[in-house]
Amino acid sequence: MGVSRLREFIANNKVLFDKAFFVVQFLCFLHLKNNTHISTVVLTSGPSMLPTLNITADLLLAERLSHRFGKVEPGDIVLVRSPVAPRKVVTKRVIGMEGHSMTYVVDPNSSDRCETIVVPKGHLWVQGDNIYASTDSRRFGPVPYGLLEGKVFWRIWPPKDFGPLEKELDK
Amino acid sequence: MARSNWLPFQLTHFQANLDMGTRNFLWDVAKKSFTFGLITFTISDYASILPVRGASMSPTFNPGTNTTFGSRTDDMVLVEKFCLTNYKFSHGDVVVFSSPSNYKERQIKRIIGLPGDWIGGPYSYDVVKVPKGHCWVEGDNSAFSLDSRSFGPVPLGLVRGRVTHIVWPPQRVGEVNRMVPQGRLSPN
Repeated sequence: MGVSRLREFIANNKVLFDKAFFVVQFLCFLHLKNNTHISTVVLTSGPSMLPTLNITADLLLAERLSHRFGKVEPGDIVLVRSPVAPRKVVTKRVIGMEGHSMTYVVDPNSSDRCETIVVPKGHLWVQGDNIYASTDSRRFGPVPYGLLEGKVFWRIWPPKDFGPLEKELDK
Repeated sequence: MARSNWLPFQLTHFQANLDMGTRNFLWDVAKKSFTFGLITFTISDYASILPVRGASMSPTFNPGTNTTFGSRTDDMVLVEKFCLTNYKFSHGDVVVFSSPSNYKERQIKRIIGLPGDWIGGPYSYDVVKVPKGHCWVEGDNSAFSLDSRSFGPVPLGLVRGRVTHIVWPPQRVGEVNRMVPQGRLSPN
């Protein structure tokens, strides 16, 4: 009794079911493309990128294509899987590519001691914009290129800063 | 006169029919291959099949090869990627990771040490501590393997998957065992 009524119901609403199936398929597609392969939305917080990104939550759009084709340049803001905590993804700015010689202040809070290092092959030098409160390459050294997860290109939130994020390199 | 009028009409009509038919067929093929591609793509986020090149893992994979030039019977292995949700690995896991010096290159090695372990061994006298978030990887065939002994510990974030099974050639199908070599981890 119940089954036959269910069948009748399905037959009556075939168009509806087809549409629903299509929508589900579409959503799957969107999810797949959006989160893992083409672009993603990231929520950042923390003081490490301070003049550029706020200490409270910023909503950013990042694309996951250009780093696969090696199109990352100094000045780009990138998502990097942290070498010290593989479950975390951090947002930093690329400062130097492989072969560049980097001179950096080891601990700007306490001393002016500088060190110079040449970025090894296949690695990047990443740093936060706020050098006083950032755990970055000065702490854990150059990061392998394979740890890149994406390149940030657009800010969604807060609304007053809506727009593209420019590449800047003043150091 | 009448014939010359009739013939072009017939031809165009025929062409139109053919065009419709080919277009439909092409559209169908495109749609099918797109769906297929999408499904494959989705599956490849969770598991994939890779060939193993070289002799660096020789007793486990490619046992016949003795040189680095590969052979006619490269093993194909199944790689699962569920371990990437929380980056939990155990000693002896065989993993695929992208090389620290070239992100396009994939390497297959065995995890010998995890964060906090001290690595020593028969080939070197110094003992190294594996830093936080890194692992120590080595090939099973230490003579032919370029691994952590030359480039140091590898960040766990570079790991792309864990090898679970050999799927090709047929006579070698089977599970890949978790195997911890003796005497590499310093007791600590």
